[in-house]
Amino acid sequence: MSAKYLAQGDLSAWLGALAQGRRVLVPVRENGAVVFRPYGPGTKPVLTRQADSPPKESVFPSTERLMEFSYSKDAENLGKVALDIKETVNAPATVVFGGRPCDARGFTVFDRVYDTKTIRDPYYAERRASTLFVTLACDTPETTCFCNSVGSSPVDADGSDVLLTPVDGGWLVEAVSERGKALLDAPALKDATAAAQDQAKAAKEAAEAAMPPAWDAAPAAAKLLEKFDDMGFWDDVSAKCISCGACTYLCPTCYCFTVTDERSGMKGERIRTWDTCMSFQFTLEASGHNPRPTKAHRLKNRVGHKFSYYPDIHKGPIACCGCGRCIKLCPVSVDIREIVRLAMELPTATAGKP
Amino acid sequence: MTTMMNPYLPEIATVLEVIQETPNIKTFRVVLNNKDRMAKFKYEPGQVGQLSVFGVGEATFVINSPPTRMEYLQFSVMLTGEVTSMLHTLSPGDQVGVRAPLGNWFPYESMKGKNIVFVGGGIGMAPLRTLLLFMLDNRKDYKNISLLYGARSPEDMAFKYDLPDWSTRKDMTTVLTIDREAPGWEHKVGLIPNVLLEMNPSPKKTVAITCGPPIMIKFTLQALKKLGFEDDQIVTTLEKRMKCGVGICGRCNIGTKYVCVDGPVFTYAQLKELPNEL
Repeated sequence: MSAKYLAQGDLSAWLGALAQGRRVLVPVRENGAVVFRPYGPGTKPVLTRQADSPPKESVFPSTERLMEFSYSKDAENLGKVALDIKETVNAPATVVFGGRPCDARGFTVFDRVYDTKTIRDPYYAERRASTLFVTLACDTPETTCFCNSVGSSPVDADGSDVLLTPVDGGWLVEAVSERGKALLDAPALKDATAAAQDQAKAAKEAAEAAMPPAWDAAPAAAKLLEKFDDMGFWDDVSAKCISCGACTYLCPTCYCFTVTDERSGMKGERIRTWDTCMSFQFTLEASGHNPRPTKAHRLKNRVGHKFSYYPDIHKGPIACCGCGRCIKLCPVSVDIREIVRLAMELPTATAGKP
Repeated sequence: MTTMMNPYLPEIATVLEVIQETPNIKTFRVVLNNKDRMAKFKYEPGQVGQLSVFGVGEATFVINSPPTRMEYLQFSVMLTGEVTSMLHTLSPGDQVGVRAPLGNWFPYESMKGKNIVFVGGGIGMAPLRTLLLFMLDNRKDYKNISLLYGARSPEDMAFKYDLPDWSTRKDMTTVLTIDREAPGWEHKVGLIPNVLLEMNPSPKKTVAITCGPPIMIKFTLQALKKLGFEDDQIVTTLEKRMKCGVGICGRCNIGTKYVCVDGPVFTYAQLKELPNEL
């Protein structure tokens, strides 16, 4: 299918059409932050900047019910209590509109863990299947952006179904996946002129050129392991961390969770919620032992997982999409780029294993 | 394992029997309510399962009955945290959730034709029990089998119902020890690593399998090294806080290895390859 053109004036018409029978999540301003919320009449999408929180909730809600359970007494034998459990998979048809390439690419990091040859997380996999990404290519990088250093770019279509590129008066609209093609069959979209296509090509080149110079993160995999026992290094780079976990909650690739039960009377539910590896409780064992007892150990695991363990397990890809939110929104300005750079550049103290 | 099943959904099981092993350890014998699934249930010695008390949560325990004895699945639970406290209130007939089998298992195939030395401390005897019974049920596959099992006191010895058989069988050697003298105790007194050195097992064509509290493991490894055991002749099983049990939720990793799927069983040689984060 050839590329389409969406005029700025036709944006709400297309969003309205996409929202027929689906939820469409768009970035909107809310209490001073830009976050993804369901589109409705009158919604004003903010398409001029990266949203503060990524659209992670679309496929991986911060809280979701995994199953319901209920106990019931046997009227013939009151000492006998039966248990029933019911799986509760919920996968509404969804379009995530106006996320950035880093946001869509974040889920490709999830895919290698949540839906594999040996394991399939049905909650994740079914929502992944029911969710499409209409992604907006970036034109102006922020100072915290580094997607080009983790194998991506500001115009990367990996993980998206449709890619929008800003051109005069609107956007060039290109289908990236088969599923994306179906979204382009809409009256609001016109066939793109050759001029619009040329403009989009130039815009993509300009966006890539506008990025800060890329650095090679691949050597970090070995260097971070080499620094595993160099706790002086980890104490230094984690010194200002306040263990708030904002970096993990705002990260498009952080996928760790916890599971808890809530019970009221004879009924209840088992719930999955985002968890953060920056918390002391994350690995705290019932005995009181904690394999990651300090924030230095925990930051080491977070950086190590993204730039060393994950690439090692999955043969290449880094578990970071370079969106820069963990840098931009960290209350004490911990900078993961700096930690990775220092891990690669500083000599390793060789005190040996304690 | 069926890959397309919901990996978080437990099977409902019924508690058949509860055994008070020690003042703080109870054993639960459970059967899956679905008779067909129970009949077809397959696992390997050393694999673990998650027990659920709905409304409180899930925790991981080794299945300490062997797959050669399938009348029930046995889990032994030391009273420690929230889930174990609730498990300790259960009675026969109560309903629990079971997600099993999870994780890897003891490499019993590669142990065939070898001498086996089990060294268990406290609740760490549970995973060893599975493999020991499995080997006794396949006795001709293995050469000499010896067991050193220690606990703090006679009251802290679990699996007392197994001990008369293990102590009197002609086809295995059993040494029991406690930390301090106690009235009526007729076996060894002394810390496990010291008693192990006294037993002086030869490392020749031998595999040592050990599990127990961290401090015991530490000194048992030193003792085994002193006896001449190579790193790949020593097998142990690890514990970590777990949630999903299937390698997703992100808390039980040591570097690239997830204890819930790549473990819990590791050789000492494998452990030495891992980053230092036990």
